[in-house]
Amino acid sequence: MASSIPVKEEKLVDVRLGQLSSWIMTQDFTPKGIPGAFQRGYYQYYNKCVYVKTGGVAGISMVLAAYMLFNYCCCYRELRQEQLCKHH
Amino acid sequence: MNENLFASFITPTMMGLPIVMLIIMFPSILFPSPNRLINNRLISLQQWLVQLTSKQMLAIHNYKGQTWALMLMSLILFIGSTNLLGLLPHSFTPTTQLSMNLGMAIPLWAGTVITGFRHKTKASLAHFLPQGTPIPLIPMLVVIETISLFIQPMALAVRLTANITAGHLLMHLIGGATLALTNITVPAALITFIILILLTILEFAVALIQAYVFTLLVSLYLHDNT
Repeated sequence: MASSIPVKEEKLVDVRLGQLSSWIMTQDFTPKGIPGAFQRGYYQYYNKCVYVKTGGVAGISMVLAAYMLFNYCCCYRELRQEQLCKHH
Repeated sequence: MNENLFASFITPTMMGLPIVMLIIMFPSILFPSPNRLINNRLISLQQWLVQLTSKQMLAIHNYKGQTWALMLMSLILFIGSTNLLGLLPHSFTPTTQLSMNLGMAIPLWAGTVITGFRHKTKASLAHFLPQGTPIPLIPMLVVIETISLFIQPMALAVRLTANITAGHLLMHLIGGATLALTNITVPAALITFIILILLTILEFAVALIQAYVFTLLVSLYLHDNT
């Protein structure tokens, strides 16, 4: 049975910041849905930035920069405490 | 300073969830699998490197040993990529944890020993006594060879842990010293900075060399036993 309300499938890059919470509600959180979303995101990035004819270091260095940023966010608290502490 | 020196070796958790599993699995997304006959630059480069390494590493093995090709190649790729990723700032290196290195070393070593005992029992037992030993020394030498056999996985794991941990600690210390010296004497800070650059180059080399040494030793233990 077709649903009466048409749901538009939007990619994350097209979603505006204010509509983020409503976009998240439209995504399915089944055990198959979440890994599917990660897999789709991985292949979208891979086909756009890495799997190109004249690819360079840019594709993989963006991933490494994001990894560095993620690690920095994870240990931000300890770094802040160390910075504020007068005697090490 | 003692606490923040070792803070980078704590297994990372985010809001109570251990994300160390994600960090261990992260290097796998940097090695995409080849789909076509002629691939993009990244995959072609990785294919060339893997072929070069595998030809060099599997040359000494017979047919039985070459069935371990996939295991050895994934081992060297995993340890090499994990060590290199650990050189990025603020990142966590799983190979600094002794638990993980023991988890890699003990099963691989045990696999080679059990393979040897199953297929070439007499030759495996003969390894416990080197050729040409004087008769009075035989009991002591058998004990020593047994100990040296059982120390092999411990040495594999501890070598990798100690090398990577020591390198990271040295970089922390010398980096901290450089920062502290910039307020006092700039020339001394410059010298320390040059030492830090040289140490970083060394750490890049050590990351790759340790992966190679680990895999080479496993392959040597395999060669003895197949």
